[in-house]
Amino acid sequence: MFSVCTDPSVLSAPAWFACYLTTGKLMMFYGSFGVVLLLLAITAPAALLFGFAAAAAARSPFVPLSWAGKAYIAIVRGVPDIAFFLFFVIALDQGFEWVRHKIKCPDWDQPIRQGNDFVVCAAAKLPLSTSPQWVHETYGFFLAVLTFAIVFGAFAGNVLFGAMRAVPRAQMETAEAYGMSHRQTFWRILVPQMWVYALPGLSNLWMVLIKATPLLFLLGVEDIVYWARELGGAKTARFTDYPHGDWRMWYFLALLIFYLAFTKLSEVVLSRIMRRLSHGQATAAGEAQRRTAGGPA
Amino acid sequence: MKKLLLGTAALAFSAGMALASDVVRMGTEGAYPPYNFINDAGEVDGFEREMGDELCKRAELTCEWVTNDWDSIIPNLVSGNYDTIIAGMSINDEREKVIDFTQDYIPPATSSYVALSEGADLKGIVAAQTSTLQAGYITESGATLLEFSTADEIIAALKSGEADAVFFDTDYLAPIVEESGGELMFVGEQVTLGRGTGMGLRKSDTELKDKFNAAITSMKEDGTLNTMLVKWFGEGTDTY
Repeated sequence: MFSVCTDPSVLSAPAWFACYLTTGKLMMFYGSFGVVLLLLAITAPAALLFGFAAAAAARSPFVPLSWAGKAYIAIVRGVPDIAFFLFFVIALDQGFEWVRHKIKCPDWDQPIRQGNDFVVCAAAKLPLSTSPQWVHETYGFFLAVLTFAIVFGAFAGNVLFGAMRAVPRAQMETAEAYGMSHRQTFWRILVPQMWVYALPGLSNLWMVLIKATPLLFLLGVEDIVYWARELGGAKTARFTDYPHGDWRMWYFLALLIFYLAFTKLSEVVLSRIMRRLSHGQATAAGEAQRRTAGGPA
Repeated sequence: MKKLLLGTAALAFSAGMALASDVVRMGTEGAYPPYNFINDAGEVDGFEREMGDELCKRAELTCEWVTNDWDSIIPNLVSGNYDTIIAGMSINDEREKVIDFTQDYIPPATSSYVALSEGADLKGIVAAQTSTLQAGYITESGATLLEFSTADEIIAALKSGEADAVFFDTDYLAPIVEESGGELMFVGEQVTLGRGTGMGLRKSDTELKDKFNAAITSMKEDGTLNTMLVKWFGEGTDTY
């Protein structure tokens, strides 16, 4: 990066580190923090959406829909994450390619499964093997987002399903007595009130999600833990200008600080949201707020 | 002007289509110097990078390098995430049941024990990388095998005293022993394992295999392969 960095072996320690910390490889490490944050930023709302749909389906009066919602929650919660990541993603990817193969190459006469190989025509490849590397990386990233959303959506679904049942029945009955339809009571009474019951469970899920990102490398997405391991490993002078011993401890220490800071920040934000949601609710926290504000005992 | 632009776009597009079948994605591990590793700039480098690029040039293919975890390197080839494995993988019968190999581009390599002292117990706890020939050899040697997912971790296990010795590829270990300043040393006999290193391909990709085989043959014949072997593995390495 800097012109002095052409021969790092003669540099003093501060200059050596300045050069080392700005190599292309370290830049990729810094970039991977962005990848992880972006993944969380997309996955969290997506998982919440999956969970909300599952919970709404599970309590639907229409029985098949209710079964579908409950089955999704039960099955996905029961399968270990790592099995899900190894099996489901490859299956999903092959499913997409199979559909594209059927549409784009109807005259293909060879079998798709040839022994261990999964062979589709070149036009059905996803992404096309001619696409640049970033397309492959983006595709892998979105497969990861989708898988995380499905897995965490099931857990979120279970939390929201419980939260919906925790809303006092009397509230719903009152709404019905006012002549609101099923849809209206759901959107106007149930949904605004359930969040306060759901938030403790959802905040747990968020914390677990933050720490689940190393599963990404199973999908070929290089996350911060992959880079910390790769960079921290001992390097001999033959293959790098910056030889060093086993520095994994320092790299993992940096990750530890990052994760702790991130969970602390999340806690602060979540407790603020909780305070706002409790406002005016018929819960212990809402009642305490009312008292401190000077309301009648 | 607009027509011209459209024309160039169409031309570029059709040129892209013509090349469509010729982009080959090369899968490697990126953690196995001098075979393959990530250099300071964050790119794949090493003997296999240099040789692979030369092979692609000779076979008139456009190659793209991707890295993948060693543990899942074969499943990802088979399911089509990349087209070749070029990761210092030795040719052996067990792997040949699942994938095909080109002819070898590195002669059968030797493996060695490295330990902290001359008297280390080679029948004690020996560390090796998961799913390697060396790991298989240790299991049969009667020693207790300690497996790690990367080669770097076996050295760390030796230094921390977790393992009595490590057993791995001599070419990988040599620079590490050299630069350890006497802390690490080769002990015991060298062992030759496997039938050489080759590129792994899907069994259904016979056309690509023929292309790479032809390119490897031409590199063997004009001596460029030997020059590269000596450059990366040092004088005295086995050549063709």
